[in-house]
Amino acid sequence: MRRVAQGPIAWRSELWGSPLRALATVLLLGLLAWAGFHAFEWGVVHAVFRPDADACRAVQHGACWGVVAEKWRPMLFGRFPYEEQWRPALAVVVLSAVTVLSAWPRSWRWWLVPLWLVALLLFVGLMHGGVAGMSTVPTSRWGGLPLTIGLAVVGLALAFPLALLLAMGRRSEWPVVRTLSASYIELVRGVPLISVLFMASFLLPLLWPAGWQPDVLVRVLMGLTLFVAAYLAEIIRGGLQAVPRGQTEVAMALGFGRWPVQRDIVLPQALRLVVPALTNSVVGTLKDTSLVTVVGLFELTGALGLALGGDPVWRPFYLEGYLFVAAVYWLLCFGLSRYSVWLERRLGASSA
Amino acid sequence: MSGQASRRGAWLAWLVQALLVLAVVAGAAWVVNHALEVLRARGVRSGFDFLTEPAGFSISEGWLDFDASQPSWRAFLAGLINTVRAAVPAAIFAVVLGTLIGIGRLAPHVLLRGICTAYVELLRNVPLLVQLLMLAFAMANLLPDPTEPVHLLPGVWLSKGGLSVPWPVTGEGGWWPTHFEWPERGDFGVSGGAALSPEYVTIVAGLSLYSAAFVAEIVRAGILSVSQGQVLAGQALGLSSVQQLRIVILPQALRVIVPSLTNQLLSLTKNSSLAVAVGYPELVSVANTTIGSNGRAFECIAIIMAVYLLLSLVISFGMNRYNARVALRGWR
Repeated sequence: MRRVAQGPIAWRSELWGSPLRALATVLLLGLLAWAGFHAFEWGVVHAVFRPDADACRAVQHGACWGVVAEKWRPMLFGRFPYEEQWRPALAVVVLSAVTVLSAWPRSWRWWLVPLWLVALLLFVGLMHGGVAGMSTVPTSRWGGLPLTIGLAVVGLALAFPLALLLAMGRRSEWPVVRTLSASYIELVRGVPLISVLFMASFLLPLLWPAGWQPDVLVRVLMGLTLFVAAYLAEIIRGGLQAVPRGQTEVAMALGFGRWPVQRDIVLPQALRLVVPALTNSVVGTLKDTSLVTVVGLFELTGALGLALGGDPVWRPFYLEGYLFVAAVYWLLCFGLSRYSVWLERRLGASSA
Repeated sequence: MSGQASRRGAWLAWLVQALLVLAVVAGAAWVVNHALEVLRARGVRSGFDFLTEPAGFSISEGWLDFDASQPSWRAFLAGLINTVRAAVPAAIFAVVLGTLIGIGRLAPHVLLRGICTAYVELLRNVPLLVQLLMLAFAMANLLPDPTEPVHLLPGVWLSKGGLSVPWPVTGEGGWWPTHFEWPERGDFGVSGGAALSPEYVTIVAGLSLYSAAFVAEIVRAGILSVSQGQVLAGQALGLSSVQQLRIVILPQALRVIVPSLTNQLLSLTKNSSLAVAVGYPELVSVANTTIGSNGRAFECIAIIMAVYLLLSLVISFGMNRYNARVALRGWR
């Protein structure tokens, strides 16, 4: 049952090879045709594409894509001032460009680190303003896609060094370090992200001196970072375990010190082994950012409520809005998971 | 010389570790002390004494009746029972559906394979919260009113008011269910059987459909891990393809499947906390309401975390026992 053949000739035998298969083919084709017909009728034939609320209300069995045509800007950029929305758009382009560049194994060089720092500075500068003649936009008005991507990217970037320490700590020869790292990882992995976010939004304010309250965005970012680090740590630990012990012994015999062995020999191999798993974790983190809606940040999911919730004219067409938001997430996550598959093949081919 | 150096190294190691323990303990003590001070300065009481005081809110559904005059600990218990009430059926549906889709992804039929692949790729690449909110919106707005329910299957009715299904009932004074009660359609909606609220249907359906996509991938990887020779041997013995799957492939695939499935069940349980976003009164929702009424954020979040850690331990323990049964002998 595993001999998955390929190509049109194999398909023909799969589809019509025996009476049972032919029956299954007819039934499935019927099902697909029925579902496809209804989806096409609802989504295209009877749908309204113009931003025209009256036309949307008049149509009975069709989608109202007009809601996307009318509201795409608040859906993508939240409450960011309307005239200034080129700034979040540009910020998203900057982060995406650097991400795409770093996705290419040939550019894995030391200059990626300063490049990322510059990109993050540009991102914050564009979003926050107050420099180069741009007006200041408080973080409470940030929202939509830039917030989703920004939270995921910055959260992952901050979590990575912490995860590295935790992973190496869990393999340490020192029992205290080992126990502390393992307890942290297991504790965080045992609780839902939502409780960590509640903690960040309700409890962190208690720890700061009165009068200086860190922004809710900063607190949520801290919670997300602490959460993601535990998961990344386990992935990295898997990679560290997969590097043969002989590598360390040979390097020590050659006179390498303890840290240079880790830095120059073990870590590069370990990280290379787990790059696909790390990419999957990136997809998970991107999806998890949607939970910050629950503590009152308006990223992509929250921005939809903001765009439609307060508007009685367009409120009935939430479903189309959700489909649009789901499509944006899907494109990002599917792209990343395809990349992960491609990378796995490429790394596998080059190390073989 | 080298003995001395290594002895000095050992001393240094213990010194560093002792300092680390001190730093962690001191840090934790400072955090707790400072938080308590801030709370006191703001006039907020702290401690778990609120658990025995009346909750001040009621819980609309669940197996444990709860009203506003009862103590808070009962609210948390009702929330925990509601979490289990949603997570267990969702886990069962997810495993069954996921196994079928996982097998379907390797089926020798291109259309079936394509449909199963499309399911997995569509559902696992959209955040669960978005799917839940979408389902909740569809339940509340796109379904017909309770007075005109849709008849899905014999005895199963669906409307804005929720889902009605047949349910076993016990006879007079007995423990064991004697017969099924079938929901019937009346003038004011459906009565009888089990009436499941729209929120409950949303969270169970959303969790199972989303998790099934991940279970399918785990099952597929497990089946692919069984060596091709085993399949050929099964064919040589004249087993039908269903027999091959049931007798030869799945028992061996389980060894690869069960550990990953454990992870998936743990994440399903934790994901059930998202029910707070669609209004189903489970543990996190109860805690959130309690924080809103008395401001005891630290205590309530501590309860959430402790309960989820406990649930995780129970699931891990159960699944590890099961894993020991399916694992090869001597390979625990």
